[in-house]
Amino acid sequence: MEPKGWRDIPIGGMILEAGNSVEYLTGGWRAFRPVFGEADCIHCMQCWLFCPDSSILVDPENEKMIGFDLEHCKGCGICAAICPVNAKVIRKAGEELARDDARLCIRIVEEGKFQE
Amino acid sequence: MSKFEALAGNEAVATAMRQINPDVVAAYPITPQTSTVQKFADFVADGLVDTEFVTVESEHSAMSACVGASAAGARVMTATSANGLALMWEIVYIAASNRCPIAMSLVNRALSAPINIHCDHSDVMGMRDSGWIILFSENGQEAYDNLFQAVRIGEHPDVLLPVAVCQDGFITSHGMERVEIYDDADVKEFVGEYRPQWSLLDLENPKTYGPLDFYDYYYEHKRQQVEAMEHAQQVIVDVAEEFNKKFNRNYGLFERYRLEDAEVAVVAANSTAGTAKVVVDQLRDEGLKVGLLKPRVFRPFPAKELASALSHLKAVAVMDRSISFGAMDNAGPLFLELAAALALHGVQVPMADYVYGLGGRDISPGEIESVYRDMLRVAEGGQVERMVTYLSVRE
Repeated sequence: MEPKGWRDIPIGGMILEAGNSVEYLTGGWRAFRPVFGEADCIHCMQCWLFCPDSSILVDPENEKMIGFDLEHCKGCGICAAICPVNAKVIRKAGEELARDDARLCIRIVEEGKFQE
Repeated sequence: MSKFEALAGNEAVATAMRQINPDVVAAYPITPQTSTVQKFADFVADGLVDTEFVTVESEHSAMSACVGASAAGARVMTATSANGLALMWEIVYIAASNRCPIAMSLVNRALSAPINIHCDHSDVMGMRDSGWIILFSENGQEAYDNLFQAVRIGEHPDVLLPVAVCQDGFITSHGMERVEIYDDADVKEFVGEYRPQWSLLDLENPKTYGPLDFYDYYYEHKRQQVEAMEHAQQVIVDVAEEFNKKFNRNYGLFERYRLEDAEVAVVAANSTAGTAKVVVDQLRDEGLKVGLLKPRVFRPFPAKELASALSHLKAVAVMDRSISFGAMDNAGPLFLELAAALALHGVQVPMADYVYGLGGRDISPGEIESVYRDMLRVAEGGQVERMVTYLSVRE
C-alpha cells in the first residue's frame, strides 16, 4: 500500500475506521510460532478467548478451533500458556516440558526451525 | 446590556468561564491561578453552570482529564500557573497533538527554583514549542475577552488546537479593576455551541484517539499541526473582527500604541504594556517620538506583520520577562524571535533586549523610561551598548 500524504490522513493520528487493525499484518514480528502437537484439542476456546490479537481461527458452525492466523499472530504464546490440555499433558508427564514438546496440544516452536 | 464590575483578573476569568458554561473543567489549585477555579467552583455549587467539574490529584491528571473529555466531544477548560503547567508537561503536548481545542487560563508565574509565587513569563515560554496557541492579556478585561475568543479560535475546524490565555500573576490576576461584563446571552451567542467532528461518544461511528504512530506517519501528523498553526493566524484575526464588532473592542495580532509616527519603540507583553503606555504619554508630552508595540498573539508568531509594524523605527527595545538560558547572549525568548523576524524580513533596526521583572520584581515607570532614553540615544546615532540588559538587577 502506497503511504498517504499529510493532507489525506485524519488529523492527530485519529483512526476513524473501526476494526481496521486487520489490515495491519503483524505476523512478521513473530519469533515463535504456535503449532498443533500430538494431544487432541478439546475445542474449549480458551485460546480464542485469551489471544490478544484475535489470531485463533475457529469454525463457528461446528464450534471447532481450527488453527492460527499467522498473518496477525505475533507468537506471544498465550494460547499455549492458557491451554488446559497442555496442563493435563504436563501433569501426566510428571516433569517440566519444553514449550515445543511434541506431546503438547499447542506447541510454541522457534520460527524457521520447524518443519510442517 | 453589559455592566461594569470591580473585579480581580481571576474573577473576570471565572466569570468568562461561567458565561461560556463549558461541558467539563478539570483543574488543580496553584497560586496565583487558585481564585479563578475557586470562584468557578462556587458557580458550579450554585448551579449557575452545567459543567462537570473534575477535581483531580495533580495538574498531570487535570490535563489528562481535559484531553479525555475533549476527545469525547466536550467543550473543555482549565486554568493553571508555573509549576502546575510544568507538571502538565507531557499532556500539554498530547493535547495539541491530539488536536483537542482546550481553553486554558494561564496565570503567569515564575518557575521554581528558588520557589517563588510571583509573576514572570518563564512558565508560558516553556510551552512555546508545544503546539498551543498563546495569547497575552494586558489586564483583567483582556484576559476576560481573550477567553471567549480562545474558545472560538481553538474549535475552528481549520485549527483544532488548544489555546492558552495569559495574564500576569498577582499584578492583574489579583489586582481589582473595572471590567466590562457582557450580557450572558451575547456571550452565549458569540461562543456558540461546540459541534465536534470526531467524538468518542459518537457510538455509531467508533474511532480511536491517540494510537501508536511510527516513522511511517508521525511526521505527517506533525506537518498537519503546522498547517493548523498557519490557519490559526487568519482565524484569530477573523474571530477578533467579529468580537470587536459585537463588543466594541479593538483586538488584532498586536496593539500599536502611538507607534505610527514613533521613532523608537518598546515591545512589551501583558501588564507591563499598561505601565509602558503611561511612560509613552509622559515622554510624548516632552515631545519625544516614542511608541509601544504590545504583542497579543505569541503563537502563532506573526513574524511578517511584526517586522512590518516595526520597520519605520530607529531603535527597538524588547522587554522580556524570562530568560532563555544559554541562548544567544542569554537573551529572552521574545527578543530572540523578534530579532530573527526583523532580520529575515529585511528590517534593519537597532535592537536591544531588556530582561526584567523576574520572580515578580516590580517594574516601575522610571525603569521603562530609562529603556526609552537608552533607545532615544541609539536613535540619535549612538550604539546599542549591550545587546541584553538585566534591568534593575543588583550588582
